[in-house]
Amino acid sequence: MRGNSEHRKYKNSFLNWIEFRLPIISYFEKEYGDYPMPKNCNYFWSFGALATITLVVMIVSGIFLAMNYTPHTDMAFDSVERIMRDVNFGWLLRYIHSNGAAFFFIVVYIHILRGMYYGSYKYPRELNWILGVFIYLLMMATAFMGYVLPWGQMSYWGATVITNLFSAIPFIGEGLKTWLLGDYTVGNATLNRFFALHYVFPFVILGIVGLHVAAVHVHGSNNPAGIDIKSKNDTVRFFPYMVMKDALAFCVFGVIISAVIFFGPNLMAEVDNYIPADPLVTPAHIVPNWYLAPFYAILRAIPDKLGGVLLMFGSIAILFVLPWLDRSKVRSCNFRPIYKWFVMLFFVNFFILGYVGMLPAEGLYLLIARIGLVYYFGFFLIITPFIHKIETPKSLPLGISDVYLGGGKEIPTPNVQKEII
Amino acid sequence: MDKNSNNKRRDFLQLSTISIGALGTAAFIWPFLSSMNPAEDTLALGTTEVDISSIAEGQSITVKWRGKPVFIRKRTKEEIEEAKEVDFTDLIDPEQDIDRVKKEEWLVLIGVCTHLGCVPLGQKLTDNKGEYNGWYCPCHGSHYDTSGRIRKGPAPNNLPVPPYSFLNETTIKIG
Repeated sequence: MRGNSEHRKYKNSFLNWIEFRLPIISYFEKEYGDYPMPKNCNYFWSFGALATITLVVMIVSGIFLAMNYTPHTDMAFDSVERIMRDVNFGWLLRYIHSNGAAFFFIVVYIHILRGMYYGSYKYPRELNWILGVFIYLLMMATAFMGYVLPWGQMSYWGATVITNLFSAIPFIGEGLKTWLLGDYTVGNATLNRFFALHYVFPFVILGIVGLHVAAVHVHGSNNPAGIDIKSKNDTVRFFPYMVMKDALAFCVFGVIISAVIFFGPNLMAEVDNYIPADPLVTPAHIVPNWYLAPFYAILRAIPDKLGGVLLMFGSIAILFVLPWLDRSKVRSCNFRPIYKWFVMLFFVNFFILGYVGMLPAEGLYLLIARIGLVYYFGFFLIITPFIHKIETPKSLPLGISDVYLGGGKEIPTPNVQKEII
Repeated sequence: MDKNSNNKRRDFLQLSTISIGALGTAAFIWPFLSSMNPAEDTLALGTTEVDISSIAEGQSITVKWRGKPVFIRKRTKEEIEEAKEVDFTDLIDPEQDIDRVKKEEWLVLIGVCTHLGCVPLGQKLTDNKGEYNGWYCPCHGSHYDTSGRIRKGPAPNNLPVPPYSFLNETTIKIG
């Protein structure tokens, strides 16, 4: 009887042996072979794959860096310099890791903006969006702690400023800060624990990425038209179509990131971080990494410590509830003539906030940061929840195949749709 | 035993099991969380003795105490006057100058901005001392006066005064 239940699905008997005991092969076939992708997806849909690849590259390069890094305040800076000068290809590992972090954020920002523009966060993908925001939060924490490890001036003072944010919380703030630091100031205890957490967080991210991907595969991917898959004809198989498309996207991405790693590895670095940390001298301008700068701009736009901290954390927390703030039934901004422009303005505004976040908080820059802050929250709290009351969406195509018949401009009859299939 | 009392018994057992389990988990987590607080050697209050005989009037020095910079400034007559003249009730963090010093000419402060922890400028003669002639934090623009009190900017509190005592005319013990 045993032979009957152990049916031969694959030619290779070893695969059959595995499959019978752990059906992982059929799982991968289903999720990464047969998985139906809407056929109208554009290259914005490649950024999820790019982000996953970048995460793996970060983990691998990070493990090899850790083999030569010493998390002690007396030795951290020198051990990083040793990696740069003496360790074979150490410079390459470190430049891959530091620029990889920046590109990880570029890719993830495009991925998030794609989700916002095409309404990927709406029913039934809300949980998917929430998992994504968790990943983003963990990424920020990981990047921040990683930036502390080289123990340069920006590392030290960035850590000091960010951990001091917690001291703004009434009553428990000071105690919480001391608990986080393990000392009264950023010191050896802090460096040690940041190294430990910086090492473990990426694996937590990897786990949540697994859930994030599994969740999107339940109801299928969204698409530029933002309408549901109605038949098999609306889709293409993940393999080979999407795999090849993502591979091409990765090649282009690889060329760009390699150009930066080899020809401008310090383009996104702060020179002050090549000065060893000095607890007695604060650099004239503490500049956060550009990918965290929009939130830093929000923090500094408020002339009150607690208020600034609350708004900064609020600006991230509000992302969690976006699926419920947006009351419009239409997913894709391609069919939302007014909201579309507000979303694009949101992207531009986020970019401007990041820019002023890296400049001194005074005069015109402060004013721009405040206007940006108002738009950031206005977008989420006023425009997104209420725009559908005055906006008339364009008519949606009946199915994904209709998109190619000019769906959204006029409604083709279902008969026409059948003919083209 | 009727069915009702049996249900109650079940509820009680369930509730007490969960409670004990939760307490046990909390007791188990506690040492882990506690291990992240400053260790005994970190807590051991380091004291620093500083020779202040070489500090001229109007000059400041910075010494390190518990990993933090401590400012010691020998104030000029004008600076003392400036600090005393202010109507302290109007300040962001109201405090009288007299409560912040042990000897009028010696001002001892922890040199960490109460906003986000930067070290304010103003120790060197060439530094920007801010609009109130004391210290100026370059990070987010807080101005401190000649008593180390916050006068303008995002910082919520005055620069704190560490515990210190004069061992003799020329030596201060901090801590």
